[in-house]
Amino acid sequence: MYRFALGRILQAIPVLLAVITVTFFLIHSAPGGPFSADKAVPPEVIKALEEQYNLNQPIWQQYVSYLGDVVRGDFGPSFKYSGRTVNELIAAGLPITAELAFYAMIVALVIGLLAGIGAAVRPNTAQDYIPMTAAMIGICMPSFLLGPLLVLVFGINLEWLPVSGWGDIPGDKILPSITLGAGFAAYIARLSRGGMLEVLSQDYIRTARAKGLSETLIILKHALRGGLIPVVAFLGPAFAGLLSGSFVVETIFQIPGLGRFYVQAAFNRDYTLILGMTIFLSTLIIVFNLLSDMLAIWLNPKLRHEIKGAK
Amino acid sequence: MNSSIEENSSSLWKDAWIKLSKNRLALFGLAILCILIITSLLTPLIAPYSYEAQNLELGATSPSIQHWLGTDIFGRDMLTRIMYGGRVSLMVGFIATAVALVIGILWGAVAGFFGGRVDAVMMRIVDMLYALPFMIFIILLMVVFGRNILLLFFAIGAVEWLTMARIVRSQVMALRNQEFVEAANSLGLSQWTIIRRHIIPNTLGPVIVYTTLTIPSVMLLEAFLSFLGLGIQPPQSSWGLLINYGVETMEEFPWLLIFPGIALSLTLFALNFLGDGLRDALDPRASKD
Repeated sequence: MYRFALGRILQAIPVLLAVITVTFFLIHSAPGGPFSADKAVPPEVIKALEEQYNLNQPIWQQYVSYLGDVVRGDFGPSFKYSGRTVNELIAAGLPITAELAFYAMIVALVIGLLAGIGAAVRPNTAQDYIPMTAAMIGICMPSFLLGPLLVLVFGINLEWLPVSGWGDIPGDKILPSITLGAGFAAYIARLSRGGMLEVLSQDYIRTARAKGLSETLIILKHALRGGLIPVVAFLGPAFAGLLSGSFVVETIFQIPGLGRFYVQAAFNRDYTLILGMTIFLSTLIIVFNLLSDMLAIWLNPKLRHEIKGAK
Repeated sequence: MNSSIEENSSSLWKDAWIKLSKNRLALFGLAILCILIITSLLTPLIAPYSYEAQNLELGATSPSIQHWLGTDIFGRDMLTRIMYGGRVSLMVGFIATAVALVIGILWGAVAGFFGGRVDAVMMRIVDMLYALPFMIFIILLMVVFGRNILLLFFAIGAVEWLTMARIVRSQVMALRNQEFVEAANSLGLSQWTIIRRHIIPNTLGPVIVYTTLTIPSVMLLEAFLSFLGLGIQPPQSSWGLLINYGVETMEEFPWLLIFPGIALSLTLFALNFLGDGLRDALDPRASKD
């Protein structure tokens, strides 16, 4: 297990290096410098700026020095937000996005697991069909549609909840969290239903039933652990999805988090910010994929044995 | 012996069709998809108004007999705009999926057929690419190379082929070691005949299923990017872009958000149900119970 974990971590390093390299050269091959979009700037100012940001050095030298900075965790200054570093911007946005993602995940897990397990316990009844159809609608209703519709109904027509902001007015965190969480709730419902159905048809569940255990105990104690493996395996990719979902949700609700910074950086062609955030977000996603893989293996004895057997 | 193979392989498809036709939701999905494709192909002929026609005096109006789905703030007919937007959305869905399909099938088939070290290297590359955050990379590509529709096809296709490669590879791997392939080998059939008669038909099922499920996810990706303003650019239009415009004016003119939203959701719904139905019909593992 530890050797497997170590192997996976070692595998992640070349991936990260590839991300940094590809992103760096992509950004530097982009047509138009970072200052060209602005109004006419005298050439000597451009030259001074280029010197300040090391843009006059050969690209390899820039790459090597950038790599060195990144290893030390320094992403350099932002091109557009003058006087602020990429690190500061990430530090400002990260807690907000993390909080949003956390609430969204709670929404997704609570709704998704209740619906999915409920459906699996009574398959092919109304308790199965209704939540599963709702889940299908949830998957087909993208967040950039669900969010505005929720705003329209609960914010504008009913005036129950604030329509934008984060932590300014009480209740303004509810709609963004639901918008971001709903799609994942739908996936989790489908995955947990499938996983539970498969586990509930296994012999060891029949044994538990034959022992006369109550149905509640069987589900909570025996079935859940195996039945939720697909959900756990989904958590890693879900994390990546939460981040890209935050691009949309933070744009709709005007939340000053990482997602909104990223989209704005893309619009403003703020090259250092895009570069730094791409590397930062990629690292986060790779780490979370790793963690969810480990958790899935830890939960699944069959996989554990396969890994031991392979070594 | 030849005829018996034909019989068997055709009965597999017949079985699948019988199963599919019992699945009402999947049939509903298929019907919606057919209607959409026909409408998209005929849009220039049957759209009630021309795509560019503006009527600034009219402005935004709610649905009426002249304009079934209302008009936008420039007085443009919403039904026409949704029909033209659907053409672009569907085109992105089909072309980007086709790109993903070609790369994925080739990659997976080569890895699975040769096996050994070739397979190990090729699949390790797939594993590594899996770990990359692709949404971010597509945005990056759109920023660096400009927002151009051809790049969008390529970028989305380049992202979506990974799973297809895995499916095809595992299918080919499993088939290579089957007795009937061994039997065909010992009968002295050529490699190409084996690939054509045994490998391809048996791989087709999962490939069709996954293709049907890839199209909606590609369309969703395009709508997502267009919504952020990083995908399809005006004067071209897509459902994601129409939703983006709809959000700006939803307080006064909610139908400008709701109708393109329904169009997108209904299409995704139809394709997902069709994909699920095909999986139930074509997956031999699922058909055992």
